[in-house]
Order: sequence, then C-alpha cells, then structure tokens
Amino acid sequence: MIRYIIRRALYAIPILFGVNLLTFVLFFVVNSPNDMARFHLGFKRVTPQAIVQWKHDHGYDKPMLFNDRAKGVQKITQTVFFQRSMKLFVFDFGRSDEGRDIGYDIRQRMWPSLAIALPTFVIGILVNITTALFLVFFRSTYLDWLGRLALVAMMSVSSLFYIIGGQYLFGKTLRLVPISGYAPGLHAFKFVVLPVVIGVISGIGASGRLYRAFFLEEIEKDYVRTARAKGLSEMSVLFRHVLKNAMIPILTSVVVVVPSLFLGSLIMESFFGIPGLGAYTLDAINAQDFATVRAMVFLGSLFYIVGLALTDITYMLVDPRIRLK
Amino acid sequence: MRRSAQYTIAVLAASIVIGGCSSPWNDPYPANQVHGDIVYSAFTAQPKYLDPARAYSADEYVFLGQIYEPPFQYQYLDRPYRLVPLTATTVSKPSYLDSAGHRIAAGAHAAYSVYVIHIRPGIRYQPDPCFARTADGAYRYYPLQPGALKGRYRLSDFHHTGTRELTAADYVYEIKRLADPRLHSPIYGLMSGYIVGWKQFGKTLAAVYQDHRQGAFVDLRRYPLTGVKALGRYTYSITIRGRYPQFRYWLAMPFFAPMPWEADRFFSQPGMAAHNITLNWYPVGTGPYMLTVNNPNREMVLKRNPNFHKETYPRHGGPGDAAQGLLHDAGKRLPFVNEAVFSLEKESIPYWNKFLQGYYDRSGIGAENFDQVVRIGPHGHPRLTREMRRRHMSLSAQVQTAIYFYGFNMLDPVVGGYSRRARDLRRAISVAINIEHEISIFQNGRAVPAQGPIPPGIFGYREGQAGINPYVYRWAHGLPRRRSLAYARRLLAKAGYPNGRSARTGRQLVLYFDAVATGATDQEMLAWMRKQFAKLNIDLVVRATDYNRFQDKVRRGDVQIFSWGWNADYPDPENFLFLLYGPNSKMASGGENVTNYNDPAFNRLFLQVKDMGNTPARARLIGKMVRIAQRDAPWVWGYYPEQYVLSQPWYFNAKPSLMANNTLKYIRIDPKLRARLRRRWNPPVLWPLAVLGLVLGAIFAPAILEYRRRERRRPL
Repeated sequence: MIRYIIRRALYAIPILFGVNLLTFVLFFVVNSPNDMARFHLGFKRVTPQAIVQWKHDHGYDKPMLFNDRAKGVQKITQTVFFQRSMKLFVFDFGRSDEGRDIGYDIRQRMWPSLAIALPTFVIGILVNITTALFLVFFRSTYLDWLGRLALVAMMSVSSLFYIIGGQYLFGKTLRLVPISGYAPGLHAFKFVVLPVVIGVISGIGASGRLYRAFFLEEIEKDYVRTARAKGLSEMSVLFRHVLKNAMIPILTSVVVVVPSLFLGSLIMESFFGIPGLGAYTLDAINAQDFATVRAMVFLGSLFYIVGLALTDITYMLVDPRIRLK
Repeated sequence: MRRSAQYTIAVLAASIVIGGCSSPWNDPYPANQVHGDIVYSAFTAQPKYLDPARAYSADEYVFLGQIYEPPFQYQYLDRPYRLVPLTATTVSKPSYLDSAGHRIAAGAHAAYSVYVIHIRPGIRYQPDPCFARTADGAYRYYPLQPGALKGRYRLSDFHHTGTRELTAADYVYEIKRLADPRLHSPIYGLMSGYIVGWKQFGKTLAAVYQDHRQGAFVDLRRYPLTGVKALGRYTYSITIRGRYPQFRYWLAMPFFAPMPWEADRFFSQPGMAAHNITLNWYPVGTGPYMLTVNNPNREMVLKRNPNFHKETYPRHGGPGDAAQGLLHDAGKRLPFVNEAVFSLEKESIPYWNKFLQGYYDRSGIGAENFDQVVRIGPHGHPRLTREMRRRHMSLSAQVQTAIYFYGFNMLDPVVGGYSRRARDLRRAISVAINIEHEISIFQNGRAVPAQGPIPPGIFGYREGQAGINPYVYRWAHGLPRRRSLAYARRLLAKAGYPNGRSARTGRQLVLYFDAVATGATDQEMLAWMRKQFAKLNIDLVVRATDYNRFQDKVRRGDVQIFSWGWNADYPDPENFLFLLYGPNSKMASGGENVTNYNDPAFNRLFLQVKDMGNTPARARLIGKMVRIAQRDAPWVWGYYPEQYVLSQPWYFNAKPSLMANNTLKYIRIDPKLRARLRRRWNPPVLWPLAVLGLVLGAIFAPAILEYRRRERRRPL
C-alpha cells in the first residue's frame, strides 16, 4: 500500500501543476494585471504611475509565462506564473494581494467551515442511510412510492431555495434561531444549527435515492435470502447484512468529499454570514485577488486528489478482495 | 459537596431562565449586550484599506471617519454643507503669495496659497501598543526582540498600551505618507499638481527605499517636504501652487488626518506584516472611537476612545431640525454610544429580515421590499406604510450629491463632435430616453431627473424654470415636461436621419451602447434601453461586458454611448464641472472626463469658476457653463439618486449627511426601548413544531403498524 500511496503522490504533481496552469490562464484571461491594479487602487483618480508601481510591488510586472529577456533558467523562474504559483508545491501560500498571510487566514477560517460541514456530513449520512433503509424496508408499498416521490421533489429544488426558505421559516417566522451570523466557540451552536438542518434536508433527496438503489441491489442477493431463511428479522437483515455490504459504494461516494469539508460552502456561508473558506474563496474571486484564488484552487485540487486516494484505500479496507497495486 | 452541586445546578437553571427571558432565541448578539449602549449595523463589502493614506471608499470611511480626525469636519446639521473645525481651532483661510513669496491681496493672481492650521492642545491618541513605554521611559515594543512575535497575530496580543498628545508634526507626517510610493495613495497624482515640493519628495523617498528592505521603517521626519512644515507644536502650514479653494474640503477627509510616527515605526518592524499586524489593519487615531475588533470576515467593533477630547453636539441646525428633535441633545458631550458593532451581511434578504426583527438599527430599502415600506403619495412624496408606522419607524429621504448619466463619446464620428448635425442627434436621443420612466421602473421613484451636471445641494444648482434643460424639457403648469417624441423625431430628421434612416444611404441608424451587465436585472434594463432608441427607429446594439473590460473600453475611447456615474468628493460645483473640462479628457490624459468633451468656452469658464468663492458672480458663470453643456448634450443627463433610510424608533439624531463620514458620535439610542421591542417582536413560535411532529407521526404511524404486522407474520 505504501508503494501505491507514493505512486498516487507522484501522479498528483503533474495534475496539480496542470490545475495551477489552468487557473493561472483562466484568471488572467479575465483579469489583466492592469485591471487588478485598478481594482486594488480604487477607480477614482488612479494614475498610470500608480498602476505601474502597484504591479511592480506585487510582482505582476514580469512576463506571464516566459521571460525572453532573461537568461538560462530565469526565462522560466522570472515570470509571474513561476513566482506566484510554484511556491504552492511547498505549501508556501504567500501573501494575498491585500498583503495578508494566506496560510494564517486559511487556518483561521477553516474552523467555521468545519463547524457547519462536519455535522452536516455526519448527520446527513445517518439520515440518508436511515431514509434509504426505511424505503427499502417498505419497498413496493405506497410508503415507498410516496417516499420516492418526496425524494425526487426534494432533489429538484435548488439549494438556494432551501436556504432562503429555511431562513424565512425558522429564523423569520418561527424566530427560533438567528437568521444569520456566527460566533466562535460554544456560542456557535445557535448559528450553525439552521445551516446544518438545511444542509441535511437539502441533501436527502439525491443521496437518499442513491443509497436506496445501493440497498436494493444488495437485497436480492443470495446471502440476504440465506439470512432470511435462518429466520432473522427483516430489520436484522437490513442493518446487519445489507447495510454492511452496501457500505462499499456508499463509502466511495462519501470519502471523496471528506477532505473537501475544510473548504466550506460558497452559497451557504455567504447567506448565513459564516466566515469560512467558502466565503473566503468567493471574496477573493470578487476582489480579483489572484494570490488567494490560486491558493484555494490548489488546496481544492489537492484535497480532491487526497479524497480519491482515501476512497481507494477505504475500498481495500472494507473489501478484503480488493488489493491496491 | 452535594449542596454545592445542587446550588450550582440551581444557579445554572436560573441563569438559563433569566437569559431566556432577557434575550430572544433568535438574538444574534451575546446576551450580556441586551441593554448595552451599542449601535448595531452591518457592512456588505469588507473594507480593503484602513490606512488613511490609502482608503477612499464609503466602505472604509464608515470606520475611518470615527477613528481618524482631520483638522476640519462638516457641521452635522447645517445645509448647505459647511466646514467647521475638528481638531483645528478655526477653519483657516489661505493667504496668497506671488512667485517671490510676498503676500498679495485676495483678488490678485496668486503663485501660491498658504494654509496655516492651528490645532487644539490637549488632544490625545487612543490607547495603543505603539506608545507603550517601560518604567524607564523606553518604548516597550520597539525594537522587538527576536522571537517576540511568536504566537502574536493580533494587536491585542500586545498587552501594554500608551498614548501621547497630538501635535502638528503628526499631520505633517501623514501628508508625507501620502507621497510615499509604497502606499499608492489615490490622491498622490492629484496632490502632486498642488502641494509644493511633493513630486521631488516622492522621488526622494523612492530613492531611499531602494536601500531598504521591503516594508522597512523609513522615518519620514528626516526628509523635508518644502510645502508642508510644522511651525510649532500645534501649528503647521501647507503651501500649494496657485489657488485651489477646494483644498479646504480635502482637509476634512481622512487623507489629511494625523499619523503618529511611533505607529508607523511600530508596525514596520520585521515580521509584523507576516503576522498580519499592520497599520492598514489596526488604525491609530484621536477620534471618538477605536477599532477593537477587526475581523472583516465576520464583525468589526468600534469602542469609545477613553482619551477622546471634549466635543459637543451642535447647538444650531437647519430649518426643521428642532421640530424633528435633532437639537434635543444640543451642547451635550459627544459621543453618546459606547460601542458600534458592524456585522458582515453580504446578502440583502437576511439583512432586511434582521432589521425587521430589531437586530439592526438602520437599513436602506431594497427594490424588493420597497412596496412593503413606502407608498409614494399623489405629489410624489414618500410615506411609510401602515405596518412601518405601527412599528414607529422613521424614514429619511435625501437627494444624493451624485449623478448617473448616459455619456456620448465626443470623439466618435457618429454621435460625437460639435457640428449642428451631431448636436441634434444627441438632443433627439436625450429626449427619447425617458428618464422619468427609468426612475419609476428601476429606482422605485427614488431619484430626481437631472437637468445638468450639478445636483441639488451643490452651489450652482438652479431650481424651477430657470434650471431646466430647455433642449429636453419645457416648463408647463409649474413643472418641467419632457419634450415630445415628435420633437425628437424632427431633431433626428434635421440630423440627417429621418425616421431613423440615413438620408444619404437609406440605411437604418445603428448605435452601440456599452454597459456593465452581468445579472438578470441588467438584462431588463438593457431591453428597456433598446426600446427607448426604437422609439426613434434607431437600432441599438448593446455591448454588455464585465467591469474591467468596460473600464478599459472607456479608457481607450472604444465606446459610443455608455452609462456612467459620479459621486461627489466634496460639496463644490468644481467637483462636477471638472467631469466636462477638456484637459481632463479620459483618452487624452486619463482624467475623469469620460465623454472627452472639449469646448473652449466651457474650459475657459471652468478655469475662472474653479478658483472663485461662492458668490453671485460665480453662480452666473456656472449657469453659463451648464447652458453650454446642455446645448452640446455630451451627456443624457440622467438622474440624481435619492437615498431612503429607515431608522428604528430607538435611534435618535440621525440626519443623512452625504459629506460627513464621522457621524457615529452624534447618534444616541435608547437601549431599554430596543430591548423591550426586540422581545415583543421576537417571541419564538413553537406550535408549528408540534404540528410538524403530528404530521410526521401521521406519516410514520402506518409505517410502524406495517412493520409490526410484518414482524408478527409467520414465515411460510
């Protein structure tokens, strides 16, 4: 397995390089360094000299990808791409275009993101599995039919609707929790409860249906018939046997997102005023802050790669037949 | 032991009950703030800069205005706006010098203007670590020993603070900082044309920085700036080239607030920036408030500065101010509230709902909520709806010192130029674009159609018949009436496009409109715009783009017709008329004249008008300039936006001020009334949860029954 992990780590390098390059190209297709300078300096009374000075101070006065005026290896190193993007590979996120230490900001902001994402994730899995098992238990009855109808309806609704509707119902009309806001520590509870509830409810539709399909696939297999023949109750069959075997596909769909939980949710954090990494990324895009955008995209890609590797490893752990080569 | 455990449980239970009673469940603030003398507000965009040398936007001035104190300020209640001293003893008038440095009469040609400013003794800075000293008088936090920054990422991690008296040298120091090339002050370019020795000073600093590490402290006191000098402990002078009467308004902006050199030195120490401890993040001022929490991702908190000098609420105001209760606190010591909490609220829906629950003290009115709040009466006057009146809300409405307009690129071969043909074409379009409809549809009636570049409240604005733009409006029944479409079509025909077709080629006239448009509402606006041109049978091609591209196109002159706006820096007509001054052309000089309008008579008059005081002669000349601009129609004059603000019944002394940004100190609140109303407005509603439980029970009961039936069933 060690060899497998090393190989995956080596594969990750060209992928991350490609993601970096793509982010760089896409960002600078939309925003030129002049645009960035104007944005940061403000739009009123900005002089051309100030723009030149800003670009110089922030290292955006160099050629983008290839410096034909430099010599030797400096043709590559003395470029905006190399200077701004390659340090990410040693986890040096550097400073944002506003001058803030990005690493520190990420460390500070991942906790509010986790405060929402982690409970949403854990409770969401439990609720989705329970819902799916419930429907499987009553398969081919009116309860199953009604349940499926409800799940399809729930997955057809935009997540924005859940957020606004949840704020309206629980925050504004019932006045049970604050509509938005955040506080650190234990005080966070009353602020995160609504986003978590909304996050869980909005996820039931799609995941509940998916897990139901996984369970149904298992329920017709021989070992289930054998378990029933032994006289086990249907609940025991479902929870002891079907659930265990259906966990493999569930794990593959779940473990991949675990590392990304740090990165938060763009819309949820924005509507609830949660100072997490989702809002951080969105703010950086709006502020044309390339330094922060590339750091967050890099982290996102890295976590995704780690998630995929973890999925493979988990696969092997839960199914002894699988061997990683 | 058992007794103490019981006692603890009893105390905990009591505190929960009491806490529950004193603060509603949905209260987003800590329970101990319920009766606090605190203003609650929100910010939608994070302030980028809190360094007074760099900040230049309303999002930043909301905070900086309360912390830093320039020598002058705007009188809070008087309209038109009037400068009064803040830290200065008087609003000093400049003395004028000839090129040899001799004092000359006020009316003569001046080579230099000298402002001598005396500040009041005894003003002290807020407590700050940069002033902290040890028992032997040395600076406690300078120089920092290696490793001293370990674990320190916030200013509050430096536990000792100090203060000192404000001196004239601090003002001089800040003006020098404005010329610092590392700071990119937005007024560096503008001031280099005025402050004597400024450019040379900037070059000197640039040379000095080449020998220093990035961000290193350079003691600006060591480098003289010819035009700015401290003449004593409490007096300094600023010498500017020629006459620039508007300069006094700049002296009421945070750019010209004092900066203690100790702060610059403290924050420039090695490692401070890497730990996010910068002067841009932690302001150091003499104002009524100091920033104690700076977390722009969540919350920013201003607390009363314990060292704030004596200042009192104005004793005089404008007409109607006394009736509105705005003089109730006349002569009382400022500030009134102890704290202001600003929460980040990016989306308008949560903001509005929290305002209705009483968790914000003031709010603007979004288009989606307008009908819920305001009814426009038969004479166009806004009135609160019954629901808002029942809540005792108050509404303030004020026309802003700003203008939104549609510009014609005067260098464009079709719509630009100064020929009769081009003027007629622009005037025809000006008549066809129905600004009144635009205001009604897109602004909920919250704007005044513009007749020229100068908005109400600015010297030179003319009301009534004398002020209308005769090329677009006529005066009838005591009101300006937009000229008819038939009139516009006649103008279009005179311009060589009868019925929108070229008289020469017979082809339909096609024009191009550039705008920033990224959202759904923008598309509605653009569709409306097409319809306005279609009334003249002109085919309008819309080139919607993002902000960067749009700015770039305007800079390059690659536009024909476009939308633009301007918000005044200071209440002087020069700040609007310069938008049409030829040498300020965007294409030629990168200035703010975005239409590249260039009329020699207008330019000549501008040079005369800009240096004059607000006299009848100046008003006459401004009238002439406005008439020239109306004749040439480089802009479709658009509208002056109106600002509507709702205040809660516990919020007092609120008078909209579009110039002053240090208004928090005048605000008074009634925290007891607020706490009472919040409780009344926010009782938790629990019965729907019981109903939800019943519904779920009704769904699951048959499931449970079915489950039991199945489990009891005998195997076959």
